[in-house]
Amino acid sequence: MEIVLVGLNHLTASVEVREQVSFSAEQAQRAAKELRERGILEETLVLSTCNRSEVYGVPPETSHECAAGLSSFLSEFHAVRPDVLSGVLYHHYDRAAVKHLFCVSAGLDSMMLGEAEILGQVREAYRTAHETGATGPVLNRLFQGALEVGKRVRTETELGARPMSVAAAGVKLAERIFGKMGKHSALVLGAGAISEQVVSALRDRGIANLFVMNRSRERAEELAKRYSGKVIEWGRWDAALLMPDIVVSSVSADEPILRREEIASAMGARGNRPLFLMDFGMPRNIEATAAEVYNVYLYNLDDLTEIVQQNRQARESEIPRAEGIVEEHVTKFLSWQASVELAGLVEALRTRLRTERESFLRLRLSSATHLNAAEREEIDGLMDELIEKLVIAPAVHLKTERELRRKIQNVEALRDLFLSDRGKS
Amino acid sequence: MPHYLFFILTVAAYGLSCAYYVRFLYTGREITGRIGTVLLVLGLVAHYFALLERSRGMHTVPYHDLYGSMSLFGWLLALTYLVLELYHRQRSVGAFVLPFILVFFLASQLAPPDRLAPAPAHGPSFVFHVTLSILAYAAFGLSFVLSLIFLTEDRLLRNRKFSNMVWRLPPLELLEKMSRSSVLIGLVTIAIGTFLGFIWVDRLTGQYWYYDPKYMVTLLVLFLYIAYMQLARTNSWRGARASLLCVFNFVVVILSFTVVNLYLSHSHRYF
Repeated sequence: MEIVLVGLNHLTASVEVREQVSFSAEQAQRAAKELRERGILEETLVLSTCNRSEVYGVPPETSHECAAGLSSFLSEFHAVRPDVLSGVLYHHYDRAAVKHLFCVSAGLDSMMLGEAEILGQVREAYRTAHETGATGPVLNRLFQGALEVGKRVRTETELGARPMSVAAAGVKLAERIFGKMGKHSALVLGAGAISEQVVSALRDRGIANLFVMNRSRERAEELAKRYSGKVIEWGRWDAALLMPDIVVSSVSADEPILRREEIASAMGARGNRPLFLMDFGMPRNIEATAAEVYNVYLYNLDDLTEIVQQNRQARESEIPRAEGIVEEHVTKFLSWQASVELAGLVEALRTRLRTERESFLRLRLSSATHLNAAEREEIDGLMDELIEKLVIAPAVHLKTERELRRKIQNVEALRDLFLSDRGKS
Repeated sequence: MPHYLFFILTVAAYGLSCAYYVRFLYTGREITGRIGTVLLVLGLVAHYFALLERSRGMHTVPYHDLYGSMSLFGWLLALTYLVLELYHRQRSVGAFVLPFILVFFLASQLAPPDRLAPAPAHGPSFVFHVTLSILAYAAFGLSFVLSLIFLTEDRLLRNRKFSNMVWRLPPLELLEKMSRSSVLIGLVTIAIGTFLGFIWVDRLTGQYWYYDPKYMVTLLVLFLYIAYMQLARTNSWRGARASLLCVFNFVVVILSFTVVNLYLSHSHRYF
């Protein structure tokens, strides 16, 4: 056993349990330190996000019951009863642990398929662990591989390409008309949660100007302040619709607040510059017939939800390609790991053969009195040569033939076979 | 046979470039688009040598016959597109332009070169007159393709048909801009080209003007495109209506290219 992973995520544990077992940056460092000090793990890294808490580690060679130790450590560290954790923790070793981490960084294991934040979180967790010296050669290589997988999946597949929220889908749709947002402005009607999501997405895309309009001026000002926008007095439609290219509406009102005539006259005043309207209101805030006005593009919640559903399907169809990349890197990592372990094995074998040779010669040559010192030395040299021949050939093979390394999955068995003292009486 | 060599190279480069542009449209992968551009550049080079071979073989300019001028049209269309692509950093249009380039190139190779008596006089003004005029038509052709994409995308967006392709096409505003840049190139080159044509006629006949229906049609084309440039920025035409006008204008250009050249004009046979 070389790599161990114990953790829980949104699929195995409820949000209450996840909250109890989550690590702050400081806690993650402390836990990593304690795990090493207690000798449970030699290398360790704690990955904790809102959807998962996972401990990755390399146990000492002699440890065989590491997972149990890790579980009890987690319940002790967070002061959670062990029975709370017993059903929700998963344990993975070696290949399964590597694959799990690579799937996590690819966004395949996320609640929202292909989300981008997880890669940043993995990078941050690795950076902290690396800086504090909690990781070693194995975890360093493992997490560098994970970051590479995450990057490749995001550039080579569409797993994370399309927006999964109606707010982001709306902004993406607006970009079909205006392109880059740097020279455009938006008006937000209403200051609720969805408005804020859209405002945040627009700011991310670099919108030049932002106007907020709300019945309660106080809330409008609050939102405008957070996203450096300007507040416009509620109800001044002709002035309000003159400037913006994008209008986002999510107001709770029984009647439409923007009628076709108002929009048509605003279009005249704005010289028919295209106007993109997103209506998140339920019932709708903008009269549906406004969509017929020349150069007006009107979309409601249903239209945007449909886009999100299409995007979800598109993302799901990219899963096999992302998994292909994960699999490729798992093999690559295991092959690296095998080569390191095999190199160690060859070295141990050489040392072993040399000691055996010495005791063998001492025993056999003690009675051979007819040999002089020069002859003894020659025999010594010949045996050395034989040992080198026996050891170097497989060592070179292992170094150059990746396929061979891939085939030798169980280095421990080889170690047992050649180096174990068991069976020796 | 170097002629066939360049022919094959050109078709292969344009064909592959088109395939990569289409693939780029579907996958959106930057590297695929870049390969498309590189192949287009290779195609342009091979096409240039194919044009050169053809003119040498016939001891005349490439636009001396219909097929030659079609090939030159294709080459200039590719060149104009490449300039616009690099200027606007937008590759999604390639998938729509490359088929036209390929068709013009292939059509130009179909018939054996017809051996006409050389035109009465050549010289730089004639060469530039022809090349610039064909470049203008290529630029108008490009604005035609861009306007068609605009109208299609606009229709898809209005009807809420969010197919895979909608997300790959250039934004509507950019399409308008690209179309206007293209028309501007066309207007400038056709103005200079026509002016040079008059100079050449003057040298040849000693008079600036002798009646040819082609003049009227060219003036009409000039007028229509200037109208487009103006209207595309006005309140009531901005957007889909201006694009429709642009499509209509190119239909007039095609008429000028075909009906007028073949049946009405005395001196403009193939461009």
